[in-house]
Amino acid sequence: MSRRSIGEVMLDVKNISLSFGGVKALTDISFNVREHEIRAIIGPNGAGKSSMLNCINGVYTPQQGSITFRGKTFDHMNSREVAEMGIARTFQNLALFKGMNVIDNIMSGRNLKMKTNIFQQALRIGAAEREEQAHREVVERIIDFLEIQAWRKTPVARLPYGLQKRVDLGRALAMEPQVLLLDEPMAGMNIEEKQDMCRFVLDVNDQFGTTIVLIEHDMGVVMDISDRVVVLDYGKKIGDGTPDEVRSNEEVISAYLGTSH
Amino acid sequence: MGPFLETLIGGLMTGMLYSLVALGFVLIFKASGVFNFAQGAMVLFAALAMARFAEWIPALLGIEHKVLVNLMAFILAMGVMIMLAWVVERFVLGKLVNQEGVTLLMATLGITYFMDGFGQTVFGSDIYKIDVGLPKEPMFLLEDVFQGGILVNQEELSAAIIAAALVALLAAFFQYTGTGRALRAVADDHQAAQSIGIPLERIWVIVWSVAGFVALVAGIIWGSKLGVQFSLSQVALKALPVVILGGLTSVPGAIVGGLIIGVGEKLSEVYIGPMLGGGIEIWFAYALALLFLLVRPQGLYGEKIIDRV
Amino acid sequence: MLYRENGQFKTSYQADQQIFPIAQDRYLILALIAAAAIVVPFIASEYVFRALLIPFLILSLAALGLNILVGYCGQISLGTGGFMAVGAYAAYNLLVRIEGMPAVVAILLGGVFAMAFGVVFGIPSLRIKGLYLAVATLAAQFFCDWAFLRIKWLTNDSASGSVSVPELMVFGWNVDTPIDKYLFCLGFVVIFALLAKNLVRGHTGREWMAIRDMDVAAAVIGIRPVYAKLTAFAVSSFIVGVAGALWGFVHLGSWEPAAFNITRSFDLLFMVIIGGLGSIMGSFFRRGLYCDRAHRA
Repeated sequence: MSRRSIGEVMLDVKNISLSFGGVKALTDISFNVREHEIRAIIGPNGAGKSSMLNCINGVYTPQQGSITFRGKTFDHMNSREVAEMGIARTFQNLALFKGMNVIDNIMSGRNLKMKTNIFQQALRIGAAEREEQAHREVVERIIDFLEIQAWRKTPVARLPYGLQKRVDLGRALAMEPQVLLLDEPMAGMNIEEKQDMCRFVLDVNDQFGTTIVLIEHDMGVVMDISDRVVVLDYGKKIGDGTPDEVRSNEEVISAYLGTSH
Repeated sequence: MGPFLETLIGGLMTGMLYSLVALGFVLIFKASGVFNFAQGAMVLFAALAMARFAEWIPALLGIEHKVLVNLMAFILAMGVMIMLAWVVERFVLGKLVNQEGVTLLMATLGITYFMDGFGQTVFGSDIYKIDVGLPKEPMFLLEDVFQGGILVNQEELSAAIIAAALVALLAAFFQYTGTGRALRAVADDHQAAQSIGIPLERIWVIVWSVAGFVALVAGIIWGSKLGVQFSLSQVALKALPVVILGGLTSVPGAIVGGLIIGVGEKLSEVYIGPMLGGGIEIWFAYALALLFLLVRPQGLYGEKIIDRV
Repeated sequence: MLYRENGQFKTSYQADQQIFPIAQDRYLILALIAAAAIVVPFIASEYVFRALLIPFLILSLAALGLNILVGYCGQISLGTGGFMAVGAYAAYNLLVRIEGMPAVVAILLGGVFAMAFGVVFGIPSLRIKGLYLAVATLAAQFFCDWAFLRIKWLTNDSASGSVSVPELMVFGWNVDTPIDKYLFCLGFVVIFALLAKNLVRGHTGREWMAIRDMDVAAAVIGIRPVYAKLTAFAVSSFIVGVAGALWGFVHLGSWEPAAFNITRSFDLLFMVIIGGLGSIMGSFFRRGLYCDRAHRA
């Protein structure tokens, strides 16, 4: 649970419908996210959870519906504007820049905050050098936070999966986001790694007040750390409430376990 | 109207010939995911083989009968192309399974340089003739409709017909045979195809041989028209816009693209060329393909590339 | 490698982020540059300068430019010869048509024209990728081949597109002996390599590499693909254009459009790939290899 006091509604998703060709990925989804809270999105595979995040991020454009962030309403999001507004995300299949090392990957998350122009960078004196160093300091603090110091110069393609996931998180954190969208951050991890990741997520929420929207399959994790939960199944919303409310919801149970006929 | 029709028909036929060369590209790309820059060099190599064999057979064996000589030369040249396919598979492609596109591209570029040099060493670097009996006199069609009739080059016409037949055959092959399916699987993912038991090496030798066959036919036709000389390999560069326009993975695309480029080129040279100082043929095809790509990046019939995140 | 890297600790981020963080590398490169500038002029023969060193330097510069586009930003370009031609002919026109135009300025402005050209022909990269883009860049190449042959104004009304430049005067220094030309080119190469390296290790370079590695993810963290790709084309074409102008002015003296044909484009691409995509130092190593091999062939 978040230790901060939950604030007002920050992100409001209304009636989002998304289809690819004939396949309806999302049907009329509505839910909201309050400031400082940890909101989980759960559901069986193929329920449309990643598609939902992709809509918020501007990777997909929904055919219907709107998204309101801090009072401004959009019917489709533009990736860059979303990033500028302070919404960052990690990816289910990792979208790291394989050609770069850990530092450069996380530094790339700082790009919106880098203001020097191309000529200053080419000469690399004065403002450009100072800027690089200042951002390098921030990135190093993130690296310390995520405990990946030993691998900072390693090309990310050579890191094991669990560490790559941390770099993905680091890059999102580098954007100093207000909302962090995490797409299955604990997939493929063992218990210790999961505990570490939970700790990072909770610390981020605690220390920086970042609102977290989290897609996760591990029910233990979801019930433990989230304030409210949205349940999707086959692109439709079938549950919305606190973990306890959702846990005892008939529809949710049957979606996961199947009903007996 | 008459001249316009002449230009149009001429363009269609030239376009068909471009399609033939483009086919070679499409085949190899469809089956191995490799963009074969060496296709042009293969056309030249095949044409050289054909031309020289046609010379050497009468000289060495004393056979004079033209059809027989050409047939034997064709078979020999085809044999050379199959050997080439085997060599390429063994020493180049086999070592580069599942490498990135750029690496493979450069490998084919290397093959180009090699074939240029090797071909000239073995077969000589003069200009050679190919004569397979394609009729060369021009025909005049529709003499009663248009004054003087429409001039149609018979050689180009027969070439166009041959090309069309070949294209139809290959399209059917890919679509309806088991080998065709296997080839498409290989193009998608080398390792996955291997893992389900598709014999990668044999498939590649088959594909490059078929491409070699296409190159040989193209080489004979173009060589018959232009003479077998170095500039023949530049013909392949003309086929690139065709491939782009039609989509790299589509055999019908190669046809349609070829026709569009052929017609476009001829018409632009006749009607726009004089305004720009002439000689715009060398880049018009590319400009056309480029404009097209901006509207439809995957070409007319190409598969849309979807990035999943 | 040949020496141990450990034991060299950095106490500031600036030290860690410098171009050659390992001391031995730093000294080696500085020594190499010093040798190139001071020692070589005394020991190399005129022939070596003309046939090996000067082409080596200029083509390395071109390869450096191409590497930025292909290696760092991942956009394949087969039109490099065309961009070099634009740089060369633009510089020529400026030198010949404008009274008192200094040679260095003409060369740099040639680069600027090549840059504009590069940005225009880079626009397709916003829609198409990979192989399709490579073929689209061929349009640039063939267009240049044609333009410099047929558009009389561009070549000062020369019949076959061939032009020649008068002697080079750089701030009163008459650049005519092979040693002079060598040092002139060396200066350009060292300065451009430094500027390029700085760009590449700054946030522009990271943006380029992000676009190369995964452009969807790059967009999501706020990188603008349009800006990144077009700046890559711009910077790359500028460097290639300058190299083209140097090739024409310093190495050839007089040239015709065929000097910048598609073979040149393929050669440069080869160089970039063999030396290693995405490596500034590599541009130089493979150029040396190539030059040497071509020379012995």
